[in-house]
Amino acid sequence: MKWESVIGLEVHAQLATESKIFSSTPTRYGAEPNTQAGLIDLGYPGVLPVLNQKAVELAVTFGLAIDASIGRRSVFARKNYFYPDLPKGYQISQYDRPIVTGGGLDVLLSDGSVKRIGITRAHLEEDAGKSVHDLFPDSSGIDLNRAGTPLLEIVSEPDLRSAEEAVAYLKCLHTLVRYLEICDGNMQEGSFRCDANVSVRPIGQHDLSTRTEIKNLNSFRFVEQAIAFEIDRQIRVHEDGGIIVQETRLYDANRRETRPLRTKEDAHDYRYFPDPDLLPLVLEERFIEAIASRLPELPRAKRDRFMAVYGLSVYDATVLTQSRALAEYYETGMKGSALDSKIMANWVMGEVLAGLNRDHLEIEAVPVSATDLAGLLARIGDGTLSGKMAKEVFEAMWTGGGTADAVIDAKSLRQLSDTDTLEGVIDTVIAAHPEQWAEYCAGRDKLLGFFVGQVMQATRGQASPKLLNALLQKKRHPES
Amino acid sequence: MKSRHVRALIEADRIHPGQVARHYRERIAAFNSRLNAFITVLDQEPRARPADAGRCLLAGLPIAHKDIFVTRDVRTTCGSRMLGGFVPPYDAGVVERLADQGCVLLGKTNMDEFAMGSSNETSYFGPVRNPWDLERVPGGSSGGSAAAVAAGLIPVATGTDTGGSIRQPAALCGVTGLKPTYGRVSRYGMIAFASSLDQAGILARSAEDAAWVLRAMAGHDPRDSTSVNRPVPDYVAALAQGIRGCRIGVLENCFDTGLNPEVGERIRDALRVMERLGAKLCDIRLPHLALSVPAYYVLAPAECSSNLARYDGVRFGHRAQDAQDLPDLYRRSRSEGFGAEVKRRILIGTYVLSHGYYDAYYLQAQRVRRLIREDFLHALETVDLLAGPTTPTPAFRLGEKTEDPLTMYLNDIYTIGVNLAGLPALSVPAGLVGGLPVGLHLIAGDFNEALMLAAAHAFQGATEWHDLVPPGFEESAS
Repeated sequence: MKWESVIGLEVHAQLATESKIFSSTPTRYGAEPNTQAGLIDLGYPGVLPVLNQKAVELAVTFGLAIDASIGRRSVFARKNYFYPDLPKGYQISQYDRPIVTGGGLDVLLSDGSVKRIGITRAHLEEDAGKSVHDLFPDSSGIDLNRAGTPLLEIVSEPDLRSAEEAVAYLKCLHTLVRYLEICDGNMQEGSFRCDANVSVRPIGQHDLSTRTEIKNLNSFRFVEQAIAFEIDRQIRVHEDGGIIVQETRLYDANRRETRPLRTKEDAHDYRYFPDPDLLPLVLEERFIEAIASRLPELPRAKRDRFMAVYGLSVYDATVLTQSRALAEYYETGMKGSALDSKIMANWVMGEVLAGLNRDHLEIEAVPVSATDLAGLLARIGDGTLSGKMAKEVFEAMWTGGGTADAVIDAKSLRQLSDTDTLEGVIDTVIAAHPEQWAEYCAGRDKLLGFFVGQVMQATRGQASPKLLNALLQKKRHPES
Repeated sequence: MKSRHVRALIEADRIHPGQVARHYRERIAAFNSRLNAFITVLDQEPRARPADAGRCLLAGLPIAHKDIFVTRDVRTTCGSRMLGGFVPPYDAGVVERLADQGCVLLGKTNMDEFAMGSSNETSYFGPVRNPWDLERVPGGSSGGSAAAVAAGLIPVATGTDTGGSIRQPAALCGVTGLKPTYGRVSRYGMIAFASSLDQAGILARSAEDAAWVLRAMAGHDPRDSTSVNRPVPDYVAALAQGIRGCRIGVLENCFDTGLNPEVGERIRDALRVMERLGAKLCDIRLPHLALSVPAYYVLAPAECSSNLARYDGVRFGHRAQDAQDLPDLYRRSRSEGFGAEVKRRILIGTYVLSHGYYDAYYLQAQRVRRLIREDFLHALETVDLLAGPTTPTPAFRLGEKTEDPLTMYLNDIYTIGVNLAGLPALSVPAGLVGGLPVGLHLIAGDFNEALMLAAAHAFQGATEWHDLVPPGFEESAS
């Protein structure tokens, strides 16, 4: 039987606010345990929550960016359960009236196609604290610094069909939230966490099968591995005649497998009800319009503009607009220069991204500025450098060699493109290999490479390949 | 001291600073053991007097706070073993405001545990006794505040009212009890029972005294999202408006079966006084009022089950010793820390919010709540105030209803609807039945405390019920 996997992701994005969602405590990461937890975050008797307007603005920003409908009246509800890192015994979240409903993301897949992934909803909620189990021998510690941190939980439709697609969507979402500057996207620090709902069904079956949920995946790699494992596991269970039980599973990255955490039977009854301490959140048109007017150019609009203005393919334009900083880098490089937009795109997507990847750098910390890259490409354009030499110069620039011209001077890498000088070298080479030259002239084309290599050797690689080719042709057929 | 009314006390303190507070400290020391009205008595005011005391509204006025308002560095128990050793690190909004206006805190008053009760018998710190008859209950949950004011141990005290917890003990102890409109007074630092119903208010000797205190305590608090941002009128100045031409709707529902006939007579007498003072009476029936008690006993427990989840023995409050594991810590801390009534309500609340029951109970009760509010608002289109008895009977005996929660709950039958509707209401003394006080209940429209206080003030100008002192607690006695 052929199987199809059906995946939906729930992402918790920590909103980039200065203070917590219901208190004025700062949200700085990495502070000493329990130093960023005020009375409200600790759920002291008598304290009350007051909604952070910035968190609302960021949620609305997200909603507008994914073409969602913004709830003009959303409601905060209490999700009740006991856990030591949940100080009030309930989490303030949104339940049946979220702030963002609908919308979607255009996701670039590895085959170069673009797929629209629907977003079911996104709602505001507070984070819980952390239980620390490895600090004390006989007891667990609780760090409530994270309690009350604002989260946007973004729930996708079950539109994803493979682990790769899921990761592509997640990366796209990751890019967007950073693009909008609503979340720093730091997965190690837990600013961007993912739960995956996975099920498989025979191809052709319309109804969804029983799903499992994999909790707390904190890297793209783990998301992909965990989902891939879970899909295989479920297919095996089905093919062995077993049944999938609805349960929550954990991914063990060391053993590369998912393990059951709890089944539906011992799932909590969260007893949601509207939080009487908070009035319904009513948004006025003016408020939403003000946020809309401040929205940056969105990835999709930027992509379309890159295609129109720079004549790039949908793939190139999508890659270059994946992050605001990368797009800006490209545009800075193109600004005021007469460079070929495709060549610039190839260099940014090729050498620059590869270098960043290799050195684990973000585009913000790129060692070769866009203007310097443009300067380098100009030296290819005017024939000073061959493509191969340019790559060498680029490497030197990357490691602190300065501008392209500085590197060219320092390494004497200027291309030999003077016709008379090069002709002199060619003549010397021909004179040294008269038999080969005669064979070449008689039609043995393969020997072209031999002569190119000899001239290159003689010029220490600086001969302009274009000119050299032309001159060799000319010498072979002097009459033409 | 010649007069025990707020205005005179502030004046006396201005002439002889500290003398008024000293007087009341002595009275507490002399009488509290008979009443058990205080959980904590303060020998030293926890705060320095405000520097600009001359400009304070209530400079030097002694006050007691119900032990549900958190007080910085002063133990706050909420009447529960759970918080028996809890010393809050901050002041409630109400505490802060009244201190800023010069009030001198003399102690924290006894109350039903977490404000759940109508007789003060659920307090972990023992029941409060009614100064009119020490074998009877003072009402609840603000029973300590009501008894302390009635016995002259304090001129005014704060209370909270979720279903009648200010007005019912005020009626049973013969004092004036005011519950403002929901949102009029900050709930910040008021330990939550049922957040959508809880409202802070005042127990005082007269409507005039209540007006003095309300003027200082009302107003917007940005730390409470349900606090309403609208100007606070001068309630004291508004007292003079009287009730001539005031239209009062008599809640005929409250005179049906269940009302003690003698209480009914006192209330009819009081209404005749109102009429003589120029009020116009008419009969009103609220079609859904009878549903108040059932709706309340779904909604209030639902909210309480969630509000009290934070008392888990992990961060503050009672923690059971030698717990085996986490669930055991929860189970034992909560079993030991909470009393029977609190547990009953947590269980009811947990049940009505559970999957499969939510719609039938919680949602249905919310619908009923909306109907009740509409009933009140509809009635208040044709009248300025509504009136009736505050309670069906005078104070009952200690232990008389503790075995029967349902009968106990019915004690709040006339007051609960007002909380569901969020309206302001007060109870004023309206006579005695068998030597026990009876309360007249007045209800006004949203934020119309001024009119209600003026009506009560006019009534108190024509009657002397509010000046009665329980035998044995006269100023000369000790």
